[in-house]
Amino acid sequence: MKYLSIEHLSKSFVNGSRTAHVLSDITLTIDKGEFVSIIGHSGCGKSTLLNLVAGLTDVTRGAITLDGREVNAPGPDRAVVFQNHSLLPWLTVYDNIKLAVTKVFGRTKTRAERHDWIMQNLDLVQMSHAADKRPAEISGGMRQRVGIARALAMEPKVLLLDEPFGALDALTRAHLQDAVMEIHARLGNTMIMITHDVDEAVLLADRIVMMTNGPAATIGEVVTVDLPRPRDRIRLASQPDYVRARESVLRFLYERHRFVEAAE
Amino acid sequence: MNVTALKRKLDLTPKPAAPVVALPPRSTPRRAAWRKRGQALAAGVLPPLAVLVVLLTIWQVGASGEGSGLPTPVQVWIDSGFLILEPFYVYGTQDIGLGWRVLTSLERVAYGFGLAAVVGVLTGAVIGQSALMMRGFDPIFQILRTVPPLAWLPISLAAFMDSGPSAIFVIFITAIWPVIINTAAGVRAIPQDYRNVAAVLRLNQIEFFWKIMVPAAAPYIFSGLRIGVGLSWLAIVAAEMLTGGVGIGFFIWDAWNSSRLSDIIVALAYIGGTGFILDRLVGWIGRVVSRGTAA
Repeated sequence: MKYLSIEHLSKSFVNGSRTAHVLSDITLTIDKGEFVSIIGHSGCGKSTLLNLVAGLTDVTRGAITLDGREVNAPGPDRAVVFQNHSLLPWLTVYDNIKLAVTKVFGRTKTRAERHDWIMQNLDLVQMSHAADKRPAEISGGMRQRVGIARALAMEPKVLLLDEPFGALDALTRAHLQDAVMEIHARLGNTMIMITHDVDEAVLLADRIVMMTNGPAATIGEVVTVDLPRPRDRIRLASQPDYVRARESVLRFLYERHRFVEAAE
Repeated sequence: MNVTALKRKLDLTPKPAAPVVALPPRSTPRRAAWRKRGQALAAGVLPPLAVLVVLLTIWQVGASGEGSGLPTPVQVWIDSGFLILEPFYVYGTQDIGLGWRVLTSLERVAYGFGLAAVVGVLTGAVIGQSALMMRGFDPIFQILRTVPPLAWLPISLAAFMDSGPSAIFVIFITAIWPVIINTAAGVRAIPQDYRNVAAVLRLNQIEFFWKIMVPAAAPYIFSGLRIGVGLSWLAIVAAEMLTGGVGIGFFIWDAWNSSRLSDIIVALAYIGGTGFILDRLVGWIGRVVSRGTAA
């Protein structure tokens, strides 16, 4: 049941006479409803991979297909939760989501239905109390919640999360991870999350895709996390399956593909 | 919870260690607020008022000599006080109050500057979107914007064959450059994040313009408009001196030709005041419109 498939994908950026090969020959298939984490050292091109799936960057070679259709431009069927929330500061929380909902459902839903849909998504991330606030008036964690609500409100086929909790403190991050897990359990979305946090990857993902270091990074290894859901971070900490998965990711990142700062 | 428990809880209220002396309120909060507002107003108004009085005194003393060519402030008041007291009198088609003249000039500025604002923002938005266009157009704009307003007037007269549209064109061509340049800079400064959001939502060009570009670039656009409105007001007075009509600029030229120096000085005060109000008005609109953008 291939839902999203990435086949022999390569990406290089040409800058004058210099060509930088960022990604080479990446092949990955993701099932509907699956949660995949992509992990790797910084600069390995994992964000580029996500941008390619989002359609924000053009593919150099290879192809991406989603639900039988080739991806070659950005669109609301691949909603992105950006690392720095990217809410529009001049709009209220409600209006930020409204912009997306009006664009995606302007023709298919009535005004009242759209309003209900916006509030439903705000409820989902527990942010309906701040509907009339501007992004500057709420905390970083809350902004990221709204970013998630905006992405979910597009009813995407795939939800792409680009290091969504990277800029948050550890406690807020844990809350949001729980929120994402709950949403995934409730809605069964297909999700791809970029992260550099091993615990986060193991806790959330069904599969962890580990990237080798760039240039010309590719998929080094894929670990299947066979832990039952719902997952509880405290009980998980002592489970042998969890420990084993965590260890294999750590071993990949720090033994076999140690990040060398001077590797240029 | 039973009653005894409640009572015990009530006993926990803090008690003062020493007897508390209630001080009488010095003034009601409302009166204090009024006083504060009055003080703030005085702090804003008194210093410029004092400077004005000092300057007028220096002027009075300096211009009271025997061979002085300029009227003193007192003389100005005696000669032309009615121009200040009655801005909106009408004694004939050419003999009208300075208020009317300022309004006539403002009407021309409204046409010229309004056109410059619309065309300038649109042009700036298009140019700001493309690095290549920016590279091509920017040097030309930088040269054209330094051309003094009046230098455009002969060409304008030749093209329009009429003083009315010529004056409006001079305003337009003077005000448009800062609007274009600032809008283009503002559009270039739109963060990639907002562009990504627009791309994911598949906003079309028009939606992108209204929903992302205008609000994101509003602070830049309005600083361009503010410079532009100042320049238009500079240009209209000069243009009217040459093209005639009933504007405030022509009034000065007319007064000079009939040696009414006091009238000129009053007209200068009108021009300065109007320019100041225009500048503040555009600045205020900009603050209201771009509220939240900077945050």
